[in-house]
Amino acid sequence: MRDSELVNKTPSSFEAASSFKYPNARENKTQVVINMKGDRKYIWIFLFPMAAFLTVFLYYPFFKSVYFSFYRTKGFFDKKFIGWDNYDRLFSDKLLGAATLHTLEILVYVLVFQVGIALVLAVMVDNINKFKGFFRSVFFFPVVISGTAISLLFVLFYNYNFGLLNSILANFGLEKVLWLSENNALKAIAVPTVWHYVGFYFVLFVTAMSKIPEDYYDAAKLEGITGVKKMVKLTIPLILSDIKVVITLAITGTLKVFDFVWVISRAQNGTDVLGTYMYKKAMVDQNFGYGSTVAIYMVVLGVVIALLANRLLKSEEITY
Amino acid sequence: MQPAISNGQQIQHTKSKRHFRFGTAFMYIILSAWALTTIYPMFWIINNSFKVSRDVMNKSFSLALDPVWINYTTAFERINIGKSYINSLIMSGGTVLFVLLLGGLAAYVLSRFTFAGKRFIYSVLYATLLVPAFATVVPVYELLIKTKLVNTYWGLILPQTAGNLTFATLVIAGYMTTIAKELEEAAFMDGCNRWQMFLKIFMPVSRPAFASVSIFVFLWSYNDLFSALIFVNKEKVRPIVALLNEISSQYGTDFGLMATAVTLTVLPILVIYLFISKFIEKGLTEGAVKG
Repeated sequence: MRDSELVNKTPSSFEAASSFKYPNARENKTQVVINMKGDRKYIWIFLFPMAAFLTVFLYYPFFKSVYFSFYRTKGFFDKKFIGWDNYDRLFSDKLLGAATLHTLEILVYVLVFQVGIALVLAVMVDNINKFKGFFRSVFFFPVVISGTAISLLFVLFYNYNFGLLNSILANFGLEKVLWLSENNALKAIAVPTVWHYVGFYFVLFVTAMSKIPEDYYDAAKLEGITGVKKMVKLTIPLILSDIKVVITLAITGTLKVFDFVWVISRAQNGTDVLGTYMYKKAMVDQNFGYGSTVAIYMVVLGVVIALLANRLLKSEEITY
Repeated sequence: MQPAISNGQQIQHTKSKRHFRFGTAFMYIILSAWALTTIYPMFWIINNSFKVSRDVMNKSFSLALDPVWINYTTAFERINIGKSYINSLIMSGGTVLFVLLLGGLAAYVLSRFTFAGKRFIYSVLYATLLVPAFATVVPVYELLIKTKLVNTYWGLILPQTAGNLTFATLVIAGYMTTIAKELEEAAFMDGCNRWQMFLKIFMPVSRPAFASVSIFVFLWSYNDLFSALIFVNKEKVRPIVALLNEISSQYGTDFGLMATAVTLTVLPILVIYLFISKFIEKGLTEGAVKG
């Protein structure tokens, strides 16, 4: 892959981009490093703080969560081993099933619209000459804003009596819509969720496209391949590995959705997603045992979906 | 690479200008439309923050030509948004510092040393990316209660540092791998030990990676509602996202105040972003977020 040839040059943005690899990519086999006396000591000293931090605040808690998932708890001090009972409950829990479906529904919107819009916008920006920088900066706006602030903004948009959307409708003499009703609420939440991160994937796509050598396009032009055909036949296949990365990020990101649902609808009216359901079980009800079980389920689900998606998109990677 | 691109565009420009006029106009329209969806809501909320609630409800599109500051005085005096600002800055800033220091050191070892078990460490780190905060929150909460760190600044800094450390280490290590061996050898000739090499060569040369990592870690920490609700939800330590959540449930009918709260949260970040947007994009360009 690209990495190996570039190791010995000075760093530039282009090389660094290709040097950060996604899982599965080969590790630094061709890495050239020097060895010094006393390296062993430094390896220990430099790695220890990170290892300690991750162990105390990540690995230990993760395994403790697995451990909790086999207990029935009342607070932290009263717990009783119940074997697989929490997992049995998992499969008969209708609310969890609903939360899973809601999460999957948002995932579909994210994959189709968030990734889709980002890709289309990126292709367009790649094809224009003026205002490129302007669009890049402006499209990124929402990404730097917190989901909570965006949610509050959309609360003001969706408000039945005085919200932005209903006042537009009223201006046109149309009837007001109950945006956060049982039927609409989840879609109403999906809109800001999708809008929030389009700019993020957009910049990743634009970056990937800017690395395609120009002579590919010149050759396509000589063959008379332009427009949509160029996008489908040339651009998309050439950035396929980046699309895969984006899809994986979108999947793991969607499973973590919490703030939009929590602030816009308080997770009511059929909008519970896995994140809010876990929060309610573990923190509101203080049911740490079952809450942990739900969390483990979320991890497993995330890994399974990500693996499936990567399997579906499996193809020969193109290097250039 | 720059000249190559502009050359290519030149060709396109001269050969097919007429042919593409319609398509190009169409693209500019779509792009501008999307740009409008990102700009107008910001304008709308800032504009409405200068109106009393009644006007936000009835005339939300009109310009606030006669701005009122009542929402801002309420925000600072009654709900003490200034305090939350400081809390956010301390906690997110602290998280960034810890992540850079610990992640930087680990990245240096992973990228520039050879030792047994390196591949294993990489695999563990990649696996760590798959563990979301949900799967650690209960035991971390228990741990923080036991050590009496809940509702202190450390109660958010420590878990968030751990949560962002893997990402930071992988990105910085990715960058350090590309640094020329000659630099290291020169430092070795000058009698630098590994610690000095890290401080004098690798930290400065990897500045772009450190910069983009700090921007993203700061944003993710500043915007993380889930952890804030659980670990630091008392008034004296509450960061700004948790305060926003509180406002939406306590003052959900005071539209002017809500608009102001959103403005106050978003505006500083947007202004900073406009100044460093080149940097952020550079960070993204450098593959910073592929983790």
